Amino acid sequence: MAFTGLFLIFFLLIHGYVNANVLFENGEENFNRAANFMSTNALIRIMEIGLFAGFIIHIIQGYALERMNRAARSNKYAVSGVSKTSTWYSRSMAILGTLILLFLVIHLADFWVPSRFGGLEEVTYGSVETHNLYAKMKEVFSKEWAVIVYVVGCFSLAWHLLHGFQSAFQTLGWKHKNYAGIIEGIGVGFSVIVPLIFALMPIFMYFGWELPIGNITLLF
Amino acid sequence: MQHYNMNLTLKVWRQKDKNAAGGFETYQVKDISSEMSFLEMFDVLNERLIVEGKEPIAFDHDCREGICGMCSMVIDGRPHGPWEANTTCQLHMRAYKDGDTIVVEPWRANAFPVVKDLVVDRGSFDRIIQAGGFVSVNTGNAVDGNAIPIEKDNADAAFAAAACIGCGACVAACKNSSAMLFVSAKVSHLALLPQGEPERRQRVVNMIAQMDKEGFGSCTNTYSCEAECPKEISVTNIARLNREYLQASLK
Repeated sequence: MAFTGLFLIFFLLIHGYVNANVLFENGEENFNRAANFMSTNALIRIMEIGLFAGFIIHIIQGYALERMNRAARSNKYAVSGVSKTSTWYSRSMAILGTLILLFLVIHLADFWVPSRFGGLEEVTYGSVETHNLYAKMKEVFSKEWAVIVYVVGCFSLAWHLLHGFQSAFQTLGWKHKNYAGIIEGIGVGFSVIVPLIFALMPIFMYFGWELPIGNITLLF
Repeated sequence: MQHYNMNLTLKVWRQKDKNAAGGFETYQVKDISSEMSFLEMFDVLNERLIVEGKEPIAFDHDCREGICGMCSMVIDGRPHGPWEANTTCQLHMRAYKDGDTIVVEPWRANAFPVVKDLVVDRGSFDRIIQAGGFVSVNTGNAVDGNAIPIEKDNADAAFAAAACIGCGACVAACKNSSAMLFVSAKVSHLALLPQGEPERRQRVVNMIAQMDKEGFGSCTNTYSCEAECPKEISVTNIARLNREYLQASLK
């Protein structure tokens, strides 16, 4: 869980970084160029296979773990005091993970499927011809329910990360009293900031907002 | 603190033997002193049950001074009751007030089967210790304990881990019935000392293998164990256990 979890955390960082282009001025061109780079670069395409494997292993292992752990106590307590000694989200990783999985299916159907198997209009920037994924985002996020689904997905992700980030380090044994606080701090920061950036995308698109700063993220 | 007496309602898990179904029975106890321990209240109740010709409630206890790890009640959902860093025998009735209702259950985990009423079989812990929680020494005269210099930080950390009394509250508290805090305390205690070094690798591998065989759940780092541990064993030990296991597996 920990290895795949950290790998998926790394993926979120890249995904958020690339997509944050849409929040800024000239977002359409910057984002489409970045998306074009991501879909044509050989290394990224190889990573994509690893990413699918990472997701699948994380999901299967997660459900297997949940099942085994439930089976370890056949007779439940009449009164449970567990809420006094642990956080609700640390005990709800399977439920939060399921919400994220449902979101992932919707998300892949919205963007990954059309960008891989056709269904997107083309746009040309100078000599580069690419899919207009930005237009697809505009289209998807013009519907209120889609915005709500994506924001709920981001909330689930935030709670999942809030436990998962530091938990991965604990599982791998990467814990030292001098650095545990730093890892926890980075974990909380990551769990709040990254899902927030993702949640802002559908909201910005729906309202047609953009930050008046150009080219703040990478240009590809 | 002001002394007072109280009347309480107890809902206690009664189970005839390992294979019986079991269920809760309600008892009224009267004039319980705030200065009694939780187990002394059970003594009072049991004496009454014996006089009435009923079967007394079976519960584990031994030293009654918080160091043996024998007492094992889940009180209102909390192993060893509501007080922090405390065993059931050291829980005193001043934690309650007149008219309270208290629910008392045994440790619940498949690896700790109920023997009778509130008594569970913690033999699974013994078998984990037998798998590697020891150091092999030559027979003969006792070795001078101070002959080997040990770094102070390591000696302190080993001592803190060795404070584990093996009561099983970590398993009882864990939503997964995981024994990781117990095993990590035993592994840490020996891994941090030079005497534990020669068997360091086999120890962690064998103890984890036995732990899995006993049917404990896996650790998902919710840290309920640390919060309920009467000896305040830190989950940092679990990180060390994971590290030891990973290193031993890669070697």
